[in-house]
Amino acid sequence: MGGWDRFVETFFNAKVMAKYLPDILSGMVVTIELALLIVVTGLAAGLALALLRSLGIRPLNWLIIFIVDLFRSLPPLVIIVLMYFGLPYAGPSPSGFVSTWLSLALVLMAFSEEIFWAGITSIHHGQWEASRSTGLSYGQTLFNVILPQAFRLTIPPLTNRTIAITKGTALGTVVAVTEILGQASSAVSNSYNPSPLMMGAAAYIVLFFPVVVAARWIETKFAWKR
Amino acid sequence: MVQKHIVEARGIHKHFGPLHVLKGVDLQVDERELVFVIGPSGSGKSTLLRCLNRLEEPSSGSVVVDGIDMLDPRTDINHARQRIGMVFQSFNLYPHMTALGNVTLALRKVAGKSRAEADALARKALERVGLADRADHTPGQLSGGQQQRVAIARSIALEPRVMLFDEPTSALDPELVGSVLEVMRSLRETGMTMIVVSHEMGFARNAADRVVFMDDGLIVEQGPPAAIFENPTHERTRAFIGQIQRH
Repeated sequence: MGGWDRFVETFFNAKVMAKYLPDILSGMVVTIELALLIVVTGLAAGLALALLRSLGIRPLNWLIIFIVDLFRSLPPLVIIVLMYFGLPYAGPSPSGFVSTWLSLALVLMAFSEEIFWAGITSIHHGQWEASRSTGLSYGQTLFNVILPQAFRLTIPPLTNRTIAITKGTALGTVVAVTEILGQASSAVSNSYNPSPLMMGAAAYIVLFFPVVVAARWIETKFAWKR
Repeated sequence: MVQKHIVEARGIHKHFGPLHVLKGVDLQVDERELVFVIGPSGSGKSTLLRCLNRLEEPSSGSVVVDGIDMLDPRTDINHARQRIGMVFQSFNLYPHMTALGNVTLALRKVAGKSRAEADALARKALERVGLADRADHTPGQLSGGQQQRVAIARSIALEPRVMLFDEPTSALDPELVGSVLEVMRSLRETGMTMIVVSHEMGFARNAADRVVFMDDGLIVEQGPPAAIFENPTHERTRAFIGQIQRH
């Protein structure tokens, strides 16, 4: 058997791959569920914090900044581990899935709050003044004038950060979430063969490549001529 | 007959931290009057204008516009501001909307018009500023002069009782100034009450009813344009007029 054959036999073993394909597919479903939950809740919470911060209530803003800085500085893995292994001592014991979801959603919330906030503050103050001078309220100005402009500015950093954090679903494997990487590594230890890991890598590409392409499309679509 | 002022500002003070920008300004403006406010930069002209529609909160004093006490906390400020149009030096059009969208926003959200009504009113306003054919252009596709005229349309569509102009032509290339002044002149002919902060002395000379000279947070001198430009009584007015006429 030549070197190439041995390589294929080891990393792309058809028998092993066929056997563990259903596991990888079920892992993909879990990863998709996790990712969607993280994106929706994380971005919604981040936007909500940014809007609260725009009200300019000082003690509230200190609290928001503290929370945001905390979750931006902690490694996501540490948050997941603390939530899964630490929280039960305080009462609630979230599952691995819930721990991973909440942890990564909190991280995405923190980063997206900063991005939304930067977007809101980068809109020239004259936009507020023009809108308020015609009688629009604070909220009407925010939703009709400021946010539509801020969103366009935030799309590129937001998509980057969202993709980076959703890939963190792989961290769920340390708290026994049966997502792609978790399925792949248990398949590797059961089959004594790394082929499932290759399938896992392929699964991530299949999932995230379209997301990256879609992000690029959104960025160009929402860029507008000044 | 008791003259009723449409704008009545009394004893306006404004502090920005340690800076005392307005030091007790009184300004009364009659209906249909065009008042020009001139003065060196930093004299408080723009701040005074912005106090009239409460974009800037005066530190003390009173502002009554069209019978509405602007500083009373019970006043619905958003409602009151509909009656006071404002045009800015930097146009401040909404870049993500068309010219029509810029004009209809407040008509729909504040004046409560339906989309069809708002569109019709907005098109009429754009026609008044000579831009009926630019309704579907975004600000980025318009020249500075056209942008400023859309901004004027955005204000007049709400049928304000008073228009405030804050250096409306200062950001424009010289060849575009004329078109904006032309619109202001036609607005004046309809009897609009206007308060204009500007350095367009030629326009002040032949369009203004009254020129107000401000310096260092106070109104130093005011009167008909001819009097202020030809025979200023105050030393500071003379110095300022002399300076701008040398250019």
